[in-house]
Amino acid sequence: MIGYLEILGQEIYKIIFLLVPILVSVAMIVWLDRRVWGLVQKRKGPNVVGPFGLFQTLADALKYIFKEIIIPASANKVVFVLAPIVTMTLALVAWAVIPMSEDLVLANINVGILYLFAISSLGVYGIIMGGWASNSKYPFLGAIRSAAQMVSYEVSIGIIIINVLLCVGSLNLNDIVIAQKELWYVIPLFPMFVIFFISSLAETNRPPFDLPEAEAELVAGYQTEYSGMMYAMFWLGEYANILLMCAMGSILFLGGWLPLMDIYPLNIIPAPIWMILKILFLFLLFALIKAIVPRYRYDQLMRLGWKIFLPLSLIYLVLTASFLFYFDKLPKVNI
Amino acid sequence: MIVHSIFFYFFSVIAIFSSLMVITSRSTINSVFFLILDFISVGCLFIMVGAEFLGMILLIVYVGAVAVLFLFVVMMLNVAEQKQSWFIGKKSTHIPTGLIVSVLILLELLVVVGGWKYKENIMSSGTLLLSGISNTHQLGLVMYTDYILYFQLAGIVLLLAMIGAILLTFRERVGVKKQSYLNQISRDPSNAVELIEVKSNQGVKLDD
Repeated sequence: MIGYLEILGQEIYKIIFLLVPILVSVAMIVWLDRRVWGLVQKRKGPNVVGPFGLFQTLADALKYIFKEIIIPASANKVVFVLAPIVTMTLALVAWAVIPMSEDLVLANINVGILYLFAISSLGVYGIIMGGWASNSKYPFLGAIRSAAQMVSYEVSIGIIIINVLLCVGSLNLNDIVIAQKELWYVIPLFPMFVIFFISSLAETNRPPFDLPEAEAELVAGYQTEYSGMMYAMFWLGEYANILLMCAMGSILFLGGWLPLMDIYPLNIIPAPIWMILKILFLFLLFALIKAIVPRYRYDQLMRLGWKIFLPLSLIYLVLTASFLFYFDKLPKVNI
Repeated sequence: MIVHSIFFYFFSVIAIFSSLMVITSRSTINSVFFLILDFISVGCLFIMVGAEFLGMILLIVYVGAVAVLFLFVVMMLNVAEQKQSWFIGKKSTHIPTGLIVSVLILLELLVVVGGWKYKENIMSSGTLLLSGISNTHQLGLVMYTDYILYFQLAGIVLLLAMIGAILLTFRERVGVKKQSYLNQISRDPSNAVELIEVKSNQGVKLDD
């Protein structure tokens, strides 16, 4: 029993050292997002609090903490309070399996990619619960939109993951990274990378697919009735999810923690730095897209998901499988 | 081992409690939430016995997709709180049907588990006995070789069910304006904007 408590203590220590950097980087990433958005629009963005405005998010968070939490009288109180907690927890829990280097991973499980996929598909609950429990029209419409949107785009993300898994032959995230030692999958599977990127925009409700919170139509969508810290938790969870999708993209297509090339000055840079650089690169793309692309109409969004992405990824799946089969490149299974 | 059993009982108690709550709770939304909790704890139990693939698939398919649609339907229909429940109010008419179904399921379980316990090789395939490879690998080895026919048949049945559901609910609506994406994209200012000289008392006739 004492031995068990010791292990528990070590694990908690590890978890804290995983969560604190993630929360800090979420704060920084919000700042980066707003800066990029500002630069594209020829504004300065947040630049007042701290050096380059770096502490802007912390200031915002402080403001949210000191604001009053208002629960609408007609809301379903339990579900209303539970919704932001669910969003935040799911966004953080998924980070347990993300490998920052070969050994720097909290849980190196056999079905890592399935775990990631499962957790990201649970993310929709926070939004539905928040939208429904608010007992108001705008949040409810936003929740319904987002549920339909997330369920639709998950389908094509699942098929894209199968594409990668066909080339790897394992569900372990570290194996997926190591399999890209020779060639990052972004090159042979480039169309899939593009579709994955766009689908992850839709999955995280980012512009141009931010219809659940389209302010022109729905005020703030499912967050309309939320205030204070509960709103901040939705917001943190959303950004943690965006970072998670970037991490997933970099593991599946950009070689995870592998260096750009295995030559001298590049391969002495430690692996976690490469991983962070790749996540940042994908995040910059996310931020740029937010700034330059107008919002989709809802029927266009559904059409894109079901009539274009789903058939395309299915066709590419068949192509990948046939290529691997006829050129005898299927991953060798060692039983 | 003690820790293992603590976790086992923790998840099983949650699973049993939430499945009881699914049928006894008075608000339908709460029922769906307890159903989700039930799925999650059963998924955890699957992972505990080493069936990690099944556990994850349960989470992805049931919690990530099926239960979302349940929730969707219940919210959209806005089903009022159940007037009658198991314990309160008038006696329910659903109890006999439910009892028959649950007794049938219990009998089926008895047959399956009994057969599996007392006759070792009655329903296991030889290839499943490989050890030392992961659960996902084992499933993959038998799914597309020994059981390919059943696997494909299950897929076809599901496809048929999907097409049937679409066919049953599909109705052609008249008087709906449809947008053609190609026309929308290929519009350009030279033919989209027109200058018309409007004569007084006549107005302009627009064509769609």
